[in-house]
Amino acid sequence: MFKRPQYIALSVVLLLALIFISLPSRMTAHLKLALGSLFLPLFGLAGSTQKALDQGGAALRSKRSLVQELEQLHRENEQLRIFTNQTAQVWEENNQLRQALTWQRQTRWPLKPARVILRDPANWWRSVHIDIGRRDGITTNMPVLTTDGLVGKVILVGYNNSQVVLIGDPNCRVSALIEDLDRANPTRKPASPVSHGVIVSGESSILDPTIVDLTYIDRQTPLKPGQKVLTSGLGGVFPRGIPIGQIADSSSVGYGLYLDARVKLAANLAHLDQVWVMTQ
Amino acid sequence: MNPLTITILFVTAYLTVFLTAKMGGIISFLGTQIDLLPALIVYAGLTTSPIVIAGLAIWCGLLFDTLSANPLGITIHPLLVIGLAVHHRKELILRDQAYAQFILGAAASAASPLITALLLIATDHRPLIGWGSIWQLMIQTLAGGCCAPLCFQFFDRIHKAFNYQPAPESSFRQDREIKRGRA
Repeated sequence: MFKRPQYIALSVVLLLALIFISLPSRMTAHLKLALGSLFLPLFGLAGSTQKALDQGGAALRSKRSLVQELEQLHRENEQLRIFTNQTAQVWEENNQLRQALTWQRQTRWPLKPARVILRDPANWWRSVHIDIGRRDGITTNMPVLTTDGLVGKVILVGYNNSQVVLIGDPNCRVSALIEDLDRANPTRKPASPVSHGVIVSGESSILDPTIVDLTYIDRQTPLKPGQKVLTSGLGGVFPRGIPIGQIADSSSVGYGLYLDARVKLAANLAHLDQVWVMTQ
Repeated sequence: MNPLTITILFVTAYLTVFLTAKMGGIISFLGTQIDLLPALIVYAGLTTSPIVIAGLAIWCGLLFDTLSANPLGITIHPLLVIGLAVHHRKELILRDQAYAQFILGAAASAASPLITALLLIATDHRPLIGWGSIWQLMIQTLAGGCCAPLCFQFFDRIHKAFNYQPAPESSFRQDREIKRGRA
């Protein structure tokens, strides 16, 4: 059977593992950050390799295609400038009206760009590491998004990197509202109610990270595929109005007590590269 | 196994954990992460002492859990169990045969996530597990099985490169030499 050194190794390791598991969460987070710093040289190496590859790829591109792309970007930039000027006017007007009604003034979302550097190596969690941290003013529970929609929230902050838990992870629940499809229709009935639900991880998100479940929806809600799902602002972590995705399909559950729906996420979580952290 | 080879084993584990977390393209293609640590611990189980196996299990487990949302230290258990189980039966295992290496790697890659998932559920965590996890387990098992022979080849070469080779034995003995002619 087992010899003496095996017994010693087994008992020492089991004791150590038990100590690690029973540590308070704050201490575990500190330990994780300390151990994570062991990977800093590899982060640097991977970053510089990526940069060199990008530069190599850029050097191989023809001047003609670069000029074409530059022209396209110029056009896009001008269109966006016009759009920004228009929205700035609408924004100001909206805030004046809010002030007249003594409503709280809306603030713009302050965003910080970040790059995804690693993914969770375990299959049962959905998390990524980004390349900004405490040094850049990041704290826990800050929402993370792409230009398409919500991605998740920050759960662990190191000095120069952070861990983000993605939507679809069992530890990331988001309060959501379903936008009325008839909103744009001028002949719709007034005061049609907006339905609320909770975004949770589901069976379908195991193999496809772009699908999540929306649960606890009022059974009276007429759900249709394509309806937009946004953050509701309830819960205090995510501000109201960040796009989450669109309803894919729905079903009645809990003996008809409420509805469940599958939501196709707006942000492609399978190919995350550049994200934005909302720093407020 | 000499200290240099053991050091290389630990460095390989460190790089393996990093590469596992860096391989984003494979997840989107196969729908699963590929864990190469079980194959590495099988090699350690067959070639090193229990102390080295324990050290490697702690090192790999802590590094893996650092990059993952796993509770710190949970991955140590399956790696240690696999390493010691293989070490316990190492006399019975045909470690030089590629099929034996494949089966060991596959079995270890299947057992490791199963033990970890059980531990997570037992410690009141809610991992994302469902029918899709069977597909993930199948891919992991296959990948682990394929990686184990490569791992054995790589470390055997390193072992040969950094160790003295045994001198070839000759049947010649000076005291039994037949000398012809007059003395």
